[in-house]
Amino acid sequence: MIEIKELHKYFGDLHVLKGIDLNVEKGEVLSIIGASGSGKSTLLYCINGLEAIQKGEVKVDGVSVHAKETNLNKLRTKMGMVFQQWNSFPHLTALENVALAPRIVKGRSKAESREIARAQLEHVGLNDKIDVYPSALSGGQQQRLAIARALAMEPEYMLFDEATSALDPELVGEVLDTMRLLAEEGMTMICVTHEMGFARDVSDRVAYFHEGVMEEIGPPDQIFNNQKSERTAKFLANVR
Amino acid sequence: MNEPISFFSGFGPKDLWYLAQAAWQTLLISVLSISAGTVMGIFFGWILSESKVVGSITIGFVLDAFRSVPLIIQLVLFYNLFNVIGLAVSPFTAGVIILGVYTSALVANVARGGIESVGKPMRRAGRSLGLSYFQTMRHVVWPIGLRAVFPSWVGVALGVLKDSALVSVLGHPELLKVARDLITRTQQPLLVLAVAGAFYFALSFPISRYAAHLERKWQS
Ligand SMILES: Nc1ncnc2c1ncn2[C@@H]1O[C@H](COP(=O)(O)OP(=O)(O)OP(=O)(O)O)[C@@H](O)[C@H]1O
Ligand SMILES: [Mg+2]
Repeated sequence: MIEIKELHKYFGDLHVLKGIDLNVEKGEVLSIIGASGSGKSTLLYCINGLEAIQKGEVKVDGVSVHAKETNLNKLRTKMGMVFQQWNSFPHLTALENVALAPRIVKGRSKAESREIARAQLEHVGLNDKIDVYPSALSGGQQQRLAIARALAMEPEYMLFDEATSALDPELVGEVLDTMRLLAEEGMTMICVTHEMGFARDVSDRVAYFHEGVMEEIGPPDQIFNNQKSERTAKFLANVR
Repeated sequence: MNEPISFFSGFGPKDLWYLAQAAWQTLLISVLSISAGTVMGIFFGWILSESKVVGSITIGFVLDAFRSVPLIIQLVLFYNLFNVIGLAVSPFTAGVIILGVYTSALVANVARGGIESVGKPMRRAGRSLGLSYFQTMRHVVWPIGLRAVFPSWVGVALGVLKDSALVSVLGHPELLKVARDLITRTQQPLLVLAVAGAFYFALSFPISRYAAHLERKWQS
């Protein structure tokens, strides 16, 4: 379970997250929507400790992410993260991209990590691209590679930061399908997204962020059809 | 074989052998100083890329000095300095050390550029997988960044191979020194220099070909 309590985040004087309270249960799929600059990405970075926080607490399975004694490298293996920019490692083949972290971080043998990588590439439908370098893959394929790379660490949580925003429209579908597949398999997911269809169909809950505040959170039906907050309604009226 | 001997009265096959041995010395000096200089240079470049302020006012300044003072002055200066402070080093050792430090100053700049070309998102992708800072450097940032500047590094390496000729001022029998001695003896400067030049070419050519091959391989 991910527990976020009274979380405040500043960049210098800029107050980016203004007291976020949020729990995500095992198996839940949460989508986060909101305007650009509302702090959605920053929240994900705070959850896996890529950003420091100034106040409050984030706990993952009871472990405080920002406590000094926490081994962040170990904790991060529990949380896969997929970025808007897929960041494939260009000097490694698809298989090596996925096999790297199991071998280096978890100390798996070369053969074991390659086996893990093969399985995850098949999982995301890239079994025919095993020995290909990322430069020869489309954006959608590279994003699926990034998902496979994260899954190879056998994470219990997956954080998606606008995984489809940088993709050409015709490539969005294949990545969303992969994310849907993960949701069906029971993966706990937090997805920052602009894909309202995905948020509505796949999420258990949807959160709307406005200027560093979690304005509203609830089941998709509430957020998309019966908003409690006027701001949510206004935002959705504009994106549609 | 009798007739040409009068024509090549000074320069005989034995001299070719001298030059080959000298070429071997040049290669040795170059390989040692380029290797050591590259390792040090990557280390310095990494420090420069990590801490811009502290790095540039400390080692940045020293490296600038090594980059800007003519190598021949550095060689003579430090060789004599070594002897003054009682470090009895051979011209060969002194040459390798000084050329190595000089190389590291050049490589540091190149390496820093490469390391800095790997942006925050790529580093974060590594860290998000659970890789530590050093693992991210070793397996992600360095391979990507250093390959990006590999062509510049080859340029530095070939430059150092040629600059190794300056070690001749310390009297070590490398290519240029031996060539000069042969010129004095044979009075055939054109021939001797052409042969010495051919040796330099023979040393550089495989390196640049192999480098081109690597670049092509990495591009695919
Ligand atoms: N490293 C940083 N240094 C300073 N300011 C930052 C930094 N990262 C983000 N910000 C600022 O924090 C605010 C929130 O940024 P964040 O990236 O979390 O927004 P977002 O909701 O993800 O927006 P988008 O939809 O554009 O991705 C923005 O105003 C942004 O400019
Ligand atoms: Mg964002």
